[in-house]
Amino acid sequence: MNDRTYSHDERDDRARREAQERRLSAPWQTPRGWRYWSAVNNSEVGLWYTATSFIFFLFAGVLALLMRTQLAIPENDFLSATTYNQVFTLHGSVMMFLFGVPIFEAFSIMILPQMLGARDLPFPRLSAYGYWSFLIGGIFVCGSIFFGVAPEGGWFMYPPLTTAYQEGLGADIWLLGLSFIEVASLAAAVELIVGVLKTRPPGMRINLLPLYAWYILVVAVMILFAFPPLIAGDLLFEMERAFDWPFFDPSRGGDPLLWQHLFWIFGHPEVYIIFLPAIALVAMIVPTFARRPIVGYSWVVLAAVGTGFISFGLWAHHMYTTGLPNISLAFFSAASQAVAIPTGVQIFCFLATVMAGRFVRSVPMLFVTGALAIFVLGGLTGVMVAIAPFDFQAHDTYFVVAHLHYVLIGGVLFPVAAGLYYFYPMATGKLLAEKPGYWAFWLMFIGFNVTFLPMHFTGLLGMPRRVFTYAADIGFDGLNLVSTIGAFILAAGVAVLVIEVLRPKGKQPYAKRNPWNAGTLEWLGEMPGKPWGVRSIPLVKGRYPLWDQPHLIRDVDAGRFYLPDAEEGKRETLITTTIDADPIQCLRVPGPTFITLWAALFTGGAFIFATYKWYLAAGTSALLALVTVLVWLWTGTAKIPEKRSKDVGLGVSLPLYASGSTSVGWWAMFITMIGDMSAYASLLFGYFFFWTVHDDFPPDPAAGPGLFWPVVAAALLLGAWVCTLLSRHWNRRDRPLAFTLGLGLGAVLNVAGILALLAGPHLNGLDPTRHVYPATVWVLVLWTTIHLGVGLVMQCYCIARRWAGRMTAEHDIDIRNVTLYWHFMAITSGVTVLVIAGFPLLA
Amino acid sequence: MTRRAQAEPDAQGKPTPGRRESLWPLAMGPLLWVAHFLLSYATAAVWCAKVGGENGSLGGVRLVIGIYTALILSGIAVVIWRGLRKHRFGTATVPHDFDTPADRHRFLGFATVLLGGLSFVATLYVALPVVFIESCR
Repeated sequence: MNDRTYSHDERDDRARREAQERRLSAPWQTPRGWRYWSAVNNSEVGLWYTATSFIFFLFAGVLALLMRTQLAIPENDFLSATTYNQVFTLHGSVMMFLFGVPIFEAFSIMILPQMLGARDLPFPRLSAYGYWSFLIGGIFVCGSIFFGVAPEGGWFMYPPLTTAYQEGLGADIWLLGLSFIEVASLAAAVELIVGVLKTRPPGMRINLLPLYAWYILVVAVMILFAFPPLIAGDLLFEMERAFDWPFFDPSRGGDPLLWQHLFWIFGHPEVYIIFLPAIALVAMIVPTFARRPIVGYSWVVLAAVGTGFISFGLWAHHMYTTGLPNISLAFFSAASQAVAIPTGVQIFCFLATVMAGRFVRSVPMLFVTGALAIFVLGGLTGVMVAIAPFDFQAHDTYFVVAHLHYVLIGGVLFPVAAGLYYFYPMATGKLLAEKPGYWAFWLMFIGFNVTFLPMHFTGLLGMPRRVFTYAADIGFDGLNLVSTIGAFILAAGVAVLVIEVLRPKGKQPYAKRNPWNAGTLEWLGEMPGKPWGVRSIPLVKGRYPLWDQPHLIRDVDAGRFYLPDAEEGKRETLITTTIDADPIQCLRVPGPTFITLWAALFTGGAFIFATYKWYLAAGTSALLALVTVLVWLWTGTAKIPEKRSKDVGLGVSLPLYASGSTSVGWWAMFITMIGDMSAYASLLFGYFFFWTVHDDFPPDPAAGPGLFWPVVAAALLLGAWVCTLLSRHWNRRDRPLAFTLGLGLGAVLNVAGILALLAGPHLNGLDPTRHVYPATVWVLVLWTTIHLGVGLVMQCYCIARRWAGRMTAEHDIDIRNVTLYWHFMAITSGVTVLVIAGFPLLA
Repeated sequence: MTRRAQAEPDAQGKPTPGRRESLWPLAMGPLLWVAHFLLSYATAAVWCAKVGGENGSLGGVRLVIGIYTALILSGIAVVIWRGLRKHRFGTATVPHDFDTPADRHRFLGFATVLLGGLSFVATLYVALPVVFIESCR
């Protein structure tokens, strides 16, 4: 080959590459002007999400300063008792629901796709919908304090305080506003589980998964089992507040302890839901600055998965003083101590990694070190309060306040600050300056300890939590003043951090690529990042591809891997198998739209109007939300591609459409329904809980729903399920008429089943406001029928899709997913009938 | 920075383990722990609420929970043993980070063993109260 042809080839190559980049950038372009807000791409939504949750964090931080100011001196009148109650309730609720959980979703939406070398997560519009819901719900909840109507019952809203002793809208704002946000969390959980399992780069087998992804997988699964019990609890609670159904009213058979159970079945895993993702950041940062792979990868996986499970066996340790039998307390005490094992294991792995590697000083690493030091102290006091007799003494005192802040600030805030410093260049292309970082760290670290270390002693001296003031000369004065001074030092540290983040960096040069010399894929991108994420999706061969594969960046940039081009001008990413990450589909992901914003606005309206008991407006808003979601689904999902498959590079050709258990939509439906089932299980738990606390439940001789109508309903609904199943089969056989008639009959049977199910309690005169038994029966029936109503919409939707030509025998995502939903409907309606009609025969 | 120089020792040796592996065995140990926890809690709670009474004796509940524990622990032992077999497949040792089906297989086995071990210990923890506590009080 002579020189001239060589340079000719090179020129050809460059021209080819530039053409590819042009085609790739067209579909991935971020919308400009006001349309910027229609973006759904993970980098934009992740950024908004992060910024918004930080704003909520700062808001809740200011509330904390107000509290500390009030408590600085005894008998202070800076805040009134009522305002103080609102302030501490919002502080806790906002930190947990609007910062702790969302910040993990925010970070994950932003960095997970990069870490997996994916162009985007599989459901970008769902992420956007989740974000808008979070924003609307958050503003609604936070805004309430400016009108003096904020909730004031503590972040756990215990009845009967909140049902019988507090007037006003506060509790409703808490219940409905936060339920709405929980929906956003469930959406994120679905997105992240499918993301981790299905959008990995080829070659990234399960043993090569970045630890962050392991943690996120565990946490997202935890959300599916932890949040639904709270949603179920919120439902019971709101039915009591709005319609006087006596779930927590002992005079009519209710029991406030049921709320405590449901709240803490959520509340304790919640602590780990916000702690594990923060530790996941540590698991990514430590190897980078130790310049070596993590020591004990499998042990860290053990820690993540083990903590995830055991954290569900701890809930009653918040209820040690409620009079549960000692044997029950002992089980929870044992589990609470067992959870310290996996929690400790991961910390030893991090320490071992640092000791075995070559430690590099940096701001993120400093925050990590501080985090571990603080967290270990919080963990140790955690083991103390896990011991029931100790907790009897410390319960509801400042000792617990100190403990939980050591755990959460050490376990979440410091790692998040480390993550902010570490990932900032990935998001913006620029590094944060070191000096302010050190200042921020030391101010925060010292301020934190000055605030919270004395609280251990304030608590042991007997100062209770949640009091707006205290008498002078009972030994609390000095300690409280020190805590207040510490709080302002901590706040100064946070302020330095915020200023450094917001400081205009226009003149500052972009950071070099992979500025920390990290080993994982999120550092593959250019500085500043391109909207398409990675230039081509690499073939991964190790846990730290940037360290293990010498020419990876060059080859990725040259487009030598998968999907280097977008010939059809569509947004595309790879779908791979769960265990071995073999590519199985080229997924077209949707682009910018405002419909997610509208859907969130209408969904928000349904919740927010209900708070003020404007049921007509709430109903209209819910209906509009349904219509918007249907339009979104109709126009944006299960699109039939113009060709069957496409060449994705490296000689691999992949299908553009997949249905059934290989499609991401099917996975999303399955995961959503698991979450739905755990909410349903919580309602069933309520039924059996009341059975255990009453001598006769169902109360004799009160009427139940009878046997006849529930059994008829079960038969009809079983028929509806079979029809749905058969119509899927007929669709596969390409028999549109049989399909339509089958599904139509299924819909008719469904409606008849719904009516029969309602007929049972209705015709037998069950009055839900009279006693908790009829209320519990009604709530199970309503839950089931509302779900069946959604099932009806799905059945009609599929018929319409088939006739509109948007679903065919081969392209049958819709009916496959709807059938999956109906499997769960068969379980739900069967179990409901068994419980409401069958259990009274046994009891 | 990297220490991955050599190739996997037995990449070409044994036949590749099955492709149809799943994450379920990994969760088996902890799931057995969950089952033990819920069964023990529910049995004791229902007994104390419905049979024993607030100050009554735990009676047969202690024996029943002992039986649960024996059954669950043997279940976890089986999980650990099966995990161990996977972990020991071929000759490669931890950290199981090769880009091969065999190392993926070993990793899943090893993680199963670790989670099984944790579940075993945690089950023992939860079973201990019935050794010391005799009544519902």
